[in-house]
Amino acid sequence: MQNYFHSVTLDEKRCKGCTNCIKRCPTEAIRVRKSKARIIAERCIDCGECIRVCPQHAKKAITDPIETINSFKYKVAIPAPSLYGQFESKYSRNQILNALRRIGFDMVYEVAKAAEIVSSATRKLISEKNFKKPLISSACPAVVRLIQVRFPNLLDNILKLESPMEVAARIVKSEAAEKYKLAADEIGVFFISPCAAKVTSVKAPYEKEKSAVDGVISINDVYVKILLTMGKVKNGEELDLAGNEGISWAKPGGESIALGSDKFLAVDGIHNVISILEEIENDKLNDMEFVEALACTGGCLGGPLTVVNPYIARTRLKKHIEEARKKSKPDTGEKEYIQDLVWTGNVEYKPVMKLDEDFQKALKKLEALNQINKELPGLDCGACGAPSCRALAEDIVRGIANETDCIFKLREKVRSLAIQMMELEKKMPPVLDKDTNGHGDEDNNESR
Amino acid sequence: MGDNVIKLDYVIPGDDFSVAGEASSNVKKVLNQLGIPPFIVKKATISMYEAEINSVIHAGGGNAHVEIDNEKIVVEITDQGPGIPDIELAMQEGYSTAPDEIRELGFGAGMGLPNIKRYSDELEINTEVGKGTTVRITIRLKA
Ligand SMILES: Nc1ncnc2c1ncn2[C@@H]1O[C@H](COP(=O)(O)OP(=O)(O)OP(=O)(O)O)[C@@H](O)[C@H]1O
Ligand code: SF4
Ligand SMILES: [Mg+2]
Repeated sequence: MQNYFHSVTLDEKRCKGCTNCIKRCPTEAIRVRKSKARIIAERCIDCGECIRVCPQHAKKAITDPIETINSFKYKVAIPAPSLYGQFESKYSRNQILNALRRIGFDMVYEVAKAAEIVSSATRKLISEKNFKKPLISSACPAVVRLIQVRFPNLLDNILKLESPMEVAARIVKSEAAEKYKLAADEIGVFFISPCAAKVTSVKAPYEKEKSAVDGVISINDVYVKILLTMGKVKNGEELDLAGNEGISWAKPGGESIALGSDKFLAVDGIHNVISILEEIENDKLNDMEFVEALACTGGCLGGPLTVVNPYIARTRLKKHIEEARKKSKPDTGEKEYIQDLVWTGNVEYKPVMKLDEDFQKALKKLEALNQINKELPGLDCGACGAPSCRALAEDIVRGIANETDCIFKLREKVRSLAIQMMELEKKMPPVLDKDTNGHGDEDNNESR
Repeated sequence: MGDNVIKLDYVIPGDDFSVAGEASSNVKKVLNQLGIPPFIVKKATISMYEAEINSVIHAGGGNAHVEIDNEKIVVEITDQGPGIPDIELAMQEGYSTAPDEIRELGFGAGMGLPNIKRYSDELEINTEVGKGTTVRITIRLKA
């Protein structure tokens, strides 16, 4: 059996067992049992929607604490471009990057820089016309996992090129190894992440055996540290090497615009993504060359581990994009990496919704499911712990729930039991009936 | 064993574009629950989607009846709309009577029926002008 690593987890102590998360989960992966949410591991795509909607903040993302960097001799931070949108406009990108280095890293390399390499590789692929239309971006790992569990027909449309994060990690590793004569295991590369999905893509990659990234630290965890350090860095080393194209990847449409085609569609927010994927599956978007789909509203700027409101972050990012556009880009010669970005692993369909391995049995279960569903009240109230009445019916045929989990069914049953009891009461044999025979009580009292 | 038949029924409302396609989307979920291979699911759901949309834009809505057994998926979309006067013409790629406001919504390329033909294993259209149309689509589960 496969092991499922997930960054998104539940903080049992905080969970009150409400129904906010079960209703929003795009893969119906959460149930409430014994007043606690339970995540069905094989269905979870780590989109972080539940982290966002939980009023108790009981859903969290497992990330690496910043101290883990100390187990490496040479420590490198590779920040996601969404980091730049977190700080006030008075701070330059170079200030942010130098402050990030100061909090404990030896080197900082922008993922935005690597994004430009991925953009050129994608342009090359599109110009060769050797792909299934529309090509679907793989920048957001939550979307790739969504396709794996819900849209198997679209697996061939996925852009199977390494992510900017992976490319960045490979580049810094080989540069540092060469420059400082270091062994591979002495270099620790840490992604500064806006989300849980990226953590999972490092700890349990789908596109290859092992990620080149050694750890993932949330933007949230470095935010205050960077802010406090910012004042101390005036003119640090020039670390802001990325151009406007790479930085734009942080916002919806950024990756698409870099492709220089206007036949693209950019969609953000997991539920919007689902309806666009439905359209593609129905052959309705065949005139598009590229579809950029991002699980978070506002793209990575709206990632569950970011700090500021995504709309504020977008305004702030705009300034960095403009500044980078004006600045002439230094040629750092990474173009050679374009060649070998193709995934070595294969993403496969995960039929997690299947009711049974055996088709006959699945048919039987489906029939039972439909029957049970018909009997349920159809209110989708969530009180049973399942996201909808139909989902409860499904859980019942899977054997992990009971019909009386539905409070309406329970009430019906209690009522009919009460009626039965009343009827039985009337039929009490005369010897036990208190009204007709008072001696029983006296006998009892005497014997004590 | 072997004589299980699943029957599903949906009402296709004619006045609400925001829910057009919901029936075929539900059927897709069901087919995935049955573990039917993705490419067959695609054949069934695209054909059903096109017929469903046709009943919405050309006939004011209708009903969908789906039967699934060991061998096949049969989708029947019935409406009480205007009917199709010339089926052969309607089957031609690019032929459409959709009015401009429908075209603005992205429908009316005249590709629906030809797509159903392409994706289905059997297609039967019963139509009578002034009475309505029934489109019956069969998708085989085994080659
Ligand atoms: N259920 C129906 N009732 C009445 N007329 C129909 C029905 N289905 C199809 N037609 C007629 O057949 C024509 C062709 O249908 P078809 O689905 O191929 O194209 P379309 O619906 O016009 O456009 P598209 O499907 O590409 O959006 C329609 O324009 C319409 O005149
Ligand atoms: S949109 Fe960006 S931040 Fe959100 S899950 Fe996807 S990769 Fe992560
Ligand atoms: Mg049509």
